[in-house]
Amino acid sequence: VCMTNCPTLIVMVGLPARGKTYISKKLTRYLNWIGVPTKEFNVGQYRRDLVKKYKSFEFFLPDNEEGLKIRKQCALAALNDVRQYLSEENGHVAVFDATNTTRERRETIYKFGEENGYKTFFVESVCVDPEVIAANIVQVKLGSPDYVDCSNDEATEDFMKRIECYKNSYETLDETLDKDLSYIKIMDVGRSYLVNRVMDHIQSRIVYYLMNIHVTPRSIYLCRHGESELNLKGRIGGDPGLSIRGKEFAKSLAQFINEQNIKDLKVWTSQMKRTIQTAEALGVPYEQWKVLNEIDAGVCEEMTYEEIQENYPLEFALRDQDKYRYRYPKGESYEDLVQRLEPVIMELERQENVLVICHQAVMRCLLAYFLDKPAEQLPYLKCPLHTVLKLTPVAYG
Amino acid sequence: LPLIACGPQLANSPTVIVMVGLPARGKTYTSKKLTRYLNWIGVPTKVFNVGEYRREAVKHYSSYDFFRPDNEEAMKVRRQCALAALRDVKLYLAEEAGQIAVFDATNTTRERRGMILNFAKENGFKVFFIESVCNDPTVVATNVMEVKLSSPDYRDCNSTDAMEDFMKRINCYQASYQPLDPDDYDRELSLIKVIDVGQRFLVNRVQDHIQSRIVYYLMNIHVQPRTIYLCRHGESEFNLKGKIGGDSGLSNRGKKFALALNKFVEEQNLKDLKVWTSQLKRTIQTAEALQLPYEQWKALNEIDAGVCEEMTYEEIREQHPEEFALRDQDKYYYRYPSGESYQDLVQRLEPVIMELERQENVLVICHQAVMRCLLAYFLDKSADEMPYLKCPLHTVLKLTPVAYGCRVESISLNIEAVNTHRERPEEAKKGPNPLMRRNSVTPLASPEPTKKPRINSFEEHVAVSSALPGCVPQEVPTQLPGQ
Repeated sequence: VCMTNCPTLIVMVGLPARGKTYISKKLTRYLNWIGVPTKEFNVGQYRRDLVKKYKSFEFFLPDNEEGLKIRKQCALAALNDVRQYLSEENGHVAVFDATNTTRERRETIYKFGEENGYKTFFVESVCVDPEVIAANIVQVKLGSPDYVDCSNDEATEDFMKRIECYKNSYETLDETLDKDLSYIKIMDVGRSYLVNRVMDHIQSRIVYYLMNIHVTPRSIYLCRHGESELNLKGRIGGDPGLSIRGKEFAKSLAQFINEQNIKDLKVWTSQMKRTIQTAEALGVPYEQWKVLNEIDAGVCEEMTYEEIQENYPLEFALRDQDKYRYRYPKGESYEDLVQRLEPVIMELERQENVLVICHQAVMRCLLAYFLDKPAEQLPYLKCPLHTVLKLTPVAYG
Repeated sequence: LPLIACGPQLANSPTVIVMVGLPARGKTYTSKKLTRYLNWIGVPTKVFNVGEYRREAVKHYSSYDFFRPDNEEAMKVRRQCALAALRDVKLYLAEEAGQIAVFDATNTTRERRGMILNFAKENGFKVFFIESVCNDPTVVATNVMEVKLSSPDYRDCNSTDAMEDFMKRINCYQASYQPLDPDDYDRELSLIKVIDVGQRFLVNRVQDHIQSRIVYYLMNIHVQPRTIYLCRHGESEFNLKGKIGGDSGLSNRGKKFALALNKFVEEQNLKDLKVWTSQLKRTIQTAEALQLPYEQWKALNEIDAGVCEEMTYEEIREQHPEEFALRDQDKYYYRYPSGESYQDLVQRLEPVIMELERQENVLVICHQAVMRCLLAYFLDKSADEMPYLKCPLHTVLKLTPVAYGCRVESISLNIEAVNTHRERPEEAKKGPNPLMRRNSVTPLASPEPTKKPRINSFEEHVAVSSALPGCVPQEVPTQLPGQ
């Protein structure tokens, strides 16, 4: 479905350390993965480029005229780049990541959107829990270039004062005053949400995504099935069982999982024998997903690469030219895979500890989502047999 | 392959959805629509409308006086009805393999909601509130006209009297209405507040996958008048030869149909019609004749017949006699070897349904099995009926939302075509486990694991369990249907 006819400008709103950049980056990663060209524009980055050295929170004092001038300049420079990205570089979505805490600033941005024919969608993060804020600061602020020469205590103290600078002028999105705007207000890291005037498909998808992500620490384990009989013969696809070595891998996997001592681990497989047999060795309940099945190689199913080259030389060459978009005759492309895996990603976001036992092409797609790899690199990501990838969210990645 | 018993890792409790709101706020509309959607995607769901219990108990409705807060006799009856409905909810969820019960009543006081929360707690059910808040008098009046005036309560009244009485009825509730308060009193509850027919939503504490899906669905539906047109591609070369599947082009008659379709669409004189096709030639060629922009969805491709692709039914019967018989035994769950089942189709069509809900006027040019799945959603047909719905070539089905459902008009464009419909065979009885001989394990999914045995249709509105499309974790239950 056509997701965007006119480009969308997402505007983050919120005090510092409320997760705006976290959300911006995550959302950008998700949208790009599902094929919507998206880019984030972090105004703080523009400020760092302009003001080479950060001194202290005083830069952010509301009466610091020099500071205000520079900050406004940076915002405008960022908006200019937004315009270039959306209107000249075929971008579909731009995420404008800044505090945008005053109605005045937001109106400026909204007008900018209107002038250029963009739909504007606000994403506000509201949080008053001091523990959450402190955790955010530790996770991402202390390591910021702004605080490279400071001790942790000094950095925290300065940052708290920085937040104070914004508080007096903070005008949260209001049900009455802002009733004509399209926005989602996220409260207390997702405990509750206020959603106003969702205008189109992409905004609806964004809202759905934002409502499914969480920040509870957890790990995602990705691996392929154990070596299969067809793997041994160099044949692709099919529905073979495990080879002897594959069965050994399954046992090792069981041992590995035990050693990891994971709380409430969910195990997912595809509906193909080789992943199911692998999961069986774990002795824990698992769920089978048809959408985790390996990429369908159509007429090339169960052939070796040599046979494909012999029997379908043109197809073989085409695939190498554009492995992401190439679709096997009567089969699928990586692009098709991404589309069918999207519900898996959404459910992975909702879940906590999960082990996904899948297949090479499928694993590449999932990995590309988590590691933010573009379409060109996706089909070449290394996902060897008998190797487990353990993914743990940290900071912004 | 060993039989996998995938037990639940988390206790998967049934859910009671509790509607909240003044009369004429769309509670029953939402209840029915949501229930239809949930059943279609395979989650056994049932509506319990307390008003219906009241009509059973009090045979004749006299006037709004029944609803006055100082009418003690009536209050007693109303409370009894609510309790009776809750008893049936318990039966459905605890003993009849229901997963979701929609408790459709005003539930406008904290006291009433407190009682329901206790009931749920005692029985181990999750609770999710859906409140509809609307103060726009035009909307309320429209609702009253669409669905209240024709209610059994007002059978013997004229419209004006009925309207007047109903407005007084609403007033009876107004003084004691305590809206959900997620900022304070109701902080701990899982709820969605739908404000002004979907302009704004407030969502609090979504607990699990199904609640997240419900919220997503509610945010995508709307009540704007619009029309959905469903039709198949024009007759194809393969249709002429009696071959199923494949990717053939249109026959001459199929091309005529495309032109007739173009004329039909023009005559409908619609504002902003969206046209969708599959990625197979025959639907694309059909759309080309319309000279309108169209979008191709892979998800609209015809059911994959796997090893039977491009065969005639006679050839299938000859070459794969066992498969042929199995399919007739359970056409919904039957999956062609290396192909798909109707159940798989539902899963891959769910995003299409979601987008259809978001859109306004749409023409979907698709295929027989696909059209049956879509039609089953709109007309609330069970999994059992779905594979036998009549979707002939060269016929357009025009669906218009009306009151609580969908009006359907069948418009034949009068171009001859072969008949591709196969009736349900008379002698086909449900055999044991038609699904067990798949080359890879076939799930009889439940959307989230449940301890209860799956049962076949016991209610016309219940689609026998199948996977939630999209996000479906699928598992093999310990009991199979028909056992």
